[in-house]
Amino acid sequence: MKTKRELVVVGGGPAGLAAALEAHKKGVKDILLIERDEYLGGILQQCIHNGFGLDYFNEELTGPEYAERFIDELKDKNIDVQLKTMVIDINEEKLITALSSKDGIEFIEAESIILAMGCRERTREAIRIPGTRPAGVMTAGAAQRYINIEGYLPGREIVILGSGDIGLIMARRLALEGADVKGVFEIMPYSSGLVRNKVQCLDDFGIPLYLQQTVAKIYGQKRVEAVDIVEVDDNLNQITETKKTIQCDTLLLSVGLIPENELSQQANISLDDITGGPIVDQTRETDIPGVFACGNVLQVHDLVDNVSEESEIAGKAAAEYLLNDQEKEIEQALEVSAGENITYVVPHTLNLNSKTDPIIELFFRVKDPAEDCKISIKDNKEELASYTRPIVEPGEIESVKLPVKLINKDSNEIIVELITGGE
Amino acid sequence: MNDKKYDILIVGGGVVGTAIARELSKYNLSIALFEKETDVASGTSKANSGIIHAGYNASKDTLKGRLNIESNPMFDQIVSDLKVPFKRIGSLVVGHSQEDKEKLILEKEKSLAQADIDLRVIEKQELREKEPDLAEDAIVALYAPNAGIISPYKLTIAQAENAANNGVEIHLQTEVKQVLHENNYITGIKTNKGEFYGSVVINAAGLYADKIAATVGENYEIVPRKGEYNLFDKKYGSLVNHVIFPMPSEKSKGILITPTVDGNLLLGPNSYVVDDKDDLEVTEQGLNEIWSGGKKLYPSLPGGGVISSFAGLRATIPADPYNDDFKIEALDKPVGFIDVAGIQSPGLSSAPGIAKMVERLIKDISTEIKAPISLKEKPTYNPELDKLPRLDDYKDHREDWHQVYQEDNNYGEIVCRCEHVTKGEIIAELKKSLAPPTLDALKRRTRASGGRCQGGFCGPRIAEIIAEEFNISPLEVTKNGPGSEILMERVKDIKADRDITYRRQKDEN
Repeated sequence: MKTKRELVVVGGGPAGLAAALEAHKKGVKDILLIERDEYLGGILQQCIHNGFGLDYFNEELTGPEYAERFIDELKDKNIDVQLKTMVIDINEEKLITALSSKDGIEFIEAESIILAMGCRERTREAIRIPGTRPAGVMTAGAAQRYINIEGYLPGREIVILGSGDIGLIMARRLALEGADVKGVFEIMPYSSGLVRNKVQCLDDFGIPLYLQQTVAKIYGQKRVEAVDIVEVDDNLNQITETKKTIQCDTLLLSVGLIPENELSQQANISLDDITGGPIVDQTRETDIPGVFACGNVLQVHDLVDNVSEESEIAGKAAAEYLLNDQEKEIEQALEVSAGENITYVVPHTLNLNSKTDPIIELFFRVKDPAEDCKISIKDNKEELASYTRPIVEPGEIESVKLPVKLINKDSNEIIVELITGGE
Repeated sequence: MNDKKYDILIVGGGVVGTAIARELSKYNLSIALFEKETDVASGTSKANSGIIHAGYNASKDTLKGRLNIESNPMFDQIVSDLKVPFKRIGSLVVGHSQEDKEKLILEKEKSLAQADIDLRVIEKQELREKEPDLAEDAIVALYAPNAGIISPYKLTIAQAENAANNGVEIHLQTEVKQVLHENNYITGIKTNKGEFYGSVVINAAGLYADKIAATVGENYEIVPRKGEYNLFDKKYGSLVNHVIFPMPSEKSKGILITPTVDGNLLLGPNSYVVDDKDDLEVTEQGLNEIWSGGKKLYPSLPGGGVISSFAGLRATIPADPYNDDFKIEALDKPVGFIDVAGIQSPGLSSAPGIAKMVERLIKDISTEIKAPISLKEKPTYNPELDKLPRLDDYKDHREDWHQVYQEDNNYGEIVCRCEHVTKGEIIAELKKSLAPPTLDALKRRTRASGGRCQGGFCGPRIAEIIAEEFNISPLEVTKNGPGSEILMERVKDIKADRDITYRRQKDEN
């Protein structure tokens, strides 16, 4: 019942797949990939629309096709995969408890762990919509699973709240199935999904996007019968005079994603309040040595391509941890923080030594949309580098590549700022 | 239509109706219970604070005061028999001033004069030790160690199952339209599924008790008083250690904060009268009210931690809807009608005592009713339910779950990821005779889909298991009964229609 493993990857979605492959490539012999669903690929398998892989493969693939590239590659490798197996506990000693219908309870002592559990969607409750609690209120991802995997249509007259990418994609998907999509309502003054998805999924199908509007109430005893829509002001306060009622049988929610870090918390890994993911250094190592995190469990990404790239960083780092005596010499440690107009930055710390890659990519989100602006990287004294951007949006993750040689040797802090206007 | 004769007919499958059914099931009587919804615990019993009060709130001259005090000690035996989660975590009524302190001392003395309840007034330092993160200005509290927390719907369901195991017939989706009586004697009831005959009718219809009573000429009105709640993610369940009340007002015990037996944190309820007995709407205003109420007691309430908001209705009888007593009595006319109405707070806490009281009332009228009965205990009566395995109970000794798994490998497949509910647990519940094929019923029994993702992942999977077990199409699976189907139609024949092929396979077997 108790086994030992060099590397256990928790989660067989795009992050887990890429991390396991990269660790294998870098020489790790003993890898176990654990996936709770009955197939690899994670949420990609229900994303049957295209648009995946433009960055990573220079091709436009569907979700299952994108996943298949990695799954195919995995097949030739000596990587053990356990499907339909759920990790239920991880502790600080890297002891993993897993459960499956094939093997029951298993304890695995891992030398190194890569956390790749992905994220889940925020629910109605997380955003407090008043009203009744009928059938027909669901997250866009649940609807996507019903339609694309199970083959059932969950509704005919649809209101979508939130302009997250899954909501936009589902607006088109439902329209294609003949459902009446009455509109996508977004509380913010901008879409929270990719511009590309707004154009291809709403504009091309004549589905309206209403900004600064939200659902104020849900009606219906058994099944959703209608919702109240209300406009909000710049402080997100509802303007009650604008309230109107829309008949519908289904309310789809696409109101944000939350990294799934219940296991990380059990293991006492420190989390970032803003991203909801673990606090990591540039190798994606958490504050438990030998435990790494990548993909949407670390920060919610817009593009799977970025997930794959990030996971390679974690896979490579896990390999180095396992193969190089597990002792990382730190010559310089820096905190990375979000400055003016920035919501968060990943990684949270930099632990530099002679082996550190010469270029470190910093990922972050801006607080508000801006045009003709500049990203400035500073330490506590001076600007180290700046990068111009024609346009930035909170809905699209930004990154800059910072050459390590620009970092001052005596500095212990890096600040990322967005500078707009007049400069 | 139904020519079967019963000794006792119980209207209503809430915590009170099922407590009565279970209490009476130890006798050699034929008993039927009628519930209009798809499941027991579908009304007031599914949405309340889940508190077993110590019993000091109400005067001993009132039924609710006396029955609460009588009932509180009974819970240890009940939950041990029925395997219902229950914890005596104690309650604190928190005061913020010298004036509050005097009121609490007075409250304590008043209570002690009436009953032997363990009560203490504790000062700031001890209060801090018990609840380190309470508001700074909380300086005194009335501490009642015997108060407890329970799952109100699990209790109700367990009572119903145990009653059913002991021979009580439980008729779900059966709405009682009229109580039948002849020459001042009860003869039966008329329902949407025909007539049922019996000489005793117990009216435990909760919010609709007035409608039932009206059919025998009783004239009173049940007025719903709403309470709204927020339920927080399990990671916040340990923020407080006790049931924490503010100073009580005229209307209610106030907006409380408590851990639940399942490990969540519960905040609520507010209290206001509504017109509509189906009004379970959660309001913006209500949510704000409970939020600010909670903040006063506990300033660092986690804003993003709410996983569910809901409302429940208390069934009050006015004149004074905020302070009225239970109405429990056997009518002189017609003989055989027992009213158990106006069971608002502390109705859950008083349910065992109410059942005992109804038992005494039946004994009193047993020879006067149309078909007299004798209350003879039956030797086969078994007060206990089996404990079903739950992975969540094995947190500290996971290795022992392996044995459960070895008996049935469905216990190795986790369906609900947030609450760690296995397929084995879900099937075990579905195999019980009382389990309705709805997502809500399963949620109440197993917690599947009751966690932080609220069914986002496991909803489709649970629907599939229900469809398989009941041999129905996923299109027929509902949230909480007909009309609340979760799916509308098949998309296309993108894969073989599982429900059809499934049926075919079953038939061939």
